[in-house]
Amino acid sequence: MNAPEPVTTATSPRGQAAAPVDATPVVAFQNVSIAFDGPPVLQDVSFTVGPAETRILLGPAGVGKSVLLKLTNGLLCPDQGSIRLFGQEISRMSEQALFPLRTRTGIVFQEGALFDSLTVRDNIGYQLIQEGVPDDVIDERVREALRFVELEQTFSLFPGSLSGGMRRRVAIARALIRQPELVLYDSPTGGLDPITSTTIIELVMKERDFYRTPSILVTHRLQDAFTLCTHRFDSELGHMVPLPKGQADPNTTFLMLEEGRLIFDGTLHEIVHTDNKFVREFLL
Amino acid sequence: MAIDQIDKTAKQFVLTVQDYSLFAYRAGMNLFNPPRYWVDFLLQCDIIGVGSTAIVLLSGFFTGGVLSLQSASTLSAFGASNLTGRFVGLTMIRELGPVLTGVMVSGRNASSMASELGSMVVTEQIDAMRALGVDPMRKLVTPRLYACVFMLLFLTILADFFGILGGAFVTIFMNHQDGLQYFSTAWESLRYPDIVQGLVKPLFSGFIIASIGCFYGMRTTGGTQGVGRSTIQAVVFSSVLIIVADFLLTQILLTLFASL
Repeated sequence: MNAPEPVTTATSPRGQAAAPVDATPVVAFQNVSIAFDGPPVLQDVSFTVGPAETRILLGPAGVGKSVLLKLTNGLLCPDQGSIRLFGQEISRMSEQALFPLRTRTGIVFQEGALFDSLTVRDNIGYQLIQEGVPDDVIDERVREALRFVELEQTFSLFPGSLSGGMRRRVAIARALIRQPELVLYDSPTGGLDPITSTTIIELVMKERDFYRTPSILVTHRLQDAFTLCTHRFDSELGHMVPLPKGQADPNTTFLMLEEGRLIFDGTLHEIVHTDNKFVREFLL
Repeated sequence: MAIDQIDKTAKQFVLTVQDYSLFAYRAGMNLFNPPRYWVDFLLQCDIIGVGSTAIVLLSGFFTGGVLSLQSASTLSAFGASNLTGRFVGLTMIRELGPVLTGVMVSGRNASSMASELGSMVVTEQIDAMRALGVDPMRKLVTPRLYACVFMLLFLTILADFFGILGGAFVTIFMNHQDGLQYFSTAWESLRYPDIVQGLVKPLFSGFIIASIGCFYGMRTTGGTQGVGRSTIQAVVFSSVLIIVADFLLTQILLTLFASL
């Protein structure tokens, strides 16, 4: 049991001491390994995500980042090791037992994974529709989620008529509609232009700073990762603003994978001053 | 090398059969505990049943017509052209109605199930559904399975009926024989075992079409090319299995009814 110590307190980048938070990690990986008909995709991976913590998972393409994310909410089962989600061991849990846990998490897939035969309204309200929530309540909550991602005008449209960036924003709205206790972002800015990427990162930041939801964000775009660390969302101004020079969000930290192994776990300061050759090459 | 390849293929085959058996069992058993998606069941009944009506009616009608054309000349050589109705009726109800409907619906629906579910798999929509707390087996597979079994029964009855009508059309308007005689010989020759035989087969065909279509769709890998591969596999395997199941069921039912 060599899991890293969970985050127990946090100092806000705005210079205020944040309230002490529950010590139980939201996610805890311990010596997790998985393979698919070949060499291991992940080997002996251990890390935790504390309450209100955002972990940015870096690594080159094909290194197992998306697999790690799918392991987190039980979409994949590890071959070895233990995964705890909200304090419950999920690595050997049945699919039926996992469903209630998954409803407490939100996930944004790499390409959005919107249901293309359903409207934006039905996509975002999918979980609520399945739970038999009245239509007017669904409409209200979907509009609220769409307001959050600034896409209210797309309510009745089909995903096919949206741009790539809009689809990602709808996927974010779908992930956040039930105010999840953990959000998993799988390359939310992958393949998008820089302006749209900034819009998406601003939404991730808004969720982090507004609701303080713990999250894991997979990306290979360093610019997005550093923006998340060095900016905060100003709800009065309605957009992100940079933190004072030299400051970084203490609850936003980095993980890095190389050939299925976790080679780095630390803060922005630690990652830019690391001696690890691979990390340094990646940062360059 | 050849032995290794045979060994690998055999193991792969056994594994696939095992996966399919578990898949079909789970899909079937989901009906007996909640949640049940009745709206999806009705939607699938519409897509599979109502959507396939035209092709089933047309293929049934013209098959009956062809049977009548072919049999008339052969039967008249034995002075038995008055038995055309009996021949067409029995053949349609016992054999061609169920098999033809199964193969036609398989071509239309096993392919659509495999491609639809396969596309959902490769675009991560199935994973998204699981992540949203909805079981894709219950939501997508079970309604298709029961809708297909349920609707194939009625489609087969329609195919039988229109096959007999097609035979009547040819008998009356092309062979210029007595229509009343056609229908009376068709009716009089029918026995309950014939009807039971004709109605048991579509239950199995419906199960094969939906379970194979969904099975190949849900295990799609390899992007859009994989979707195409799954679609082909679904149509080929379901069509062949329908004919194999028809042969086995015919043998079993004939033995069963002979012993009664």
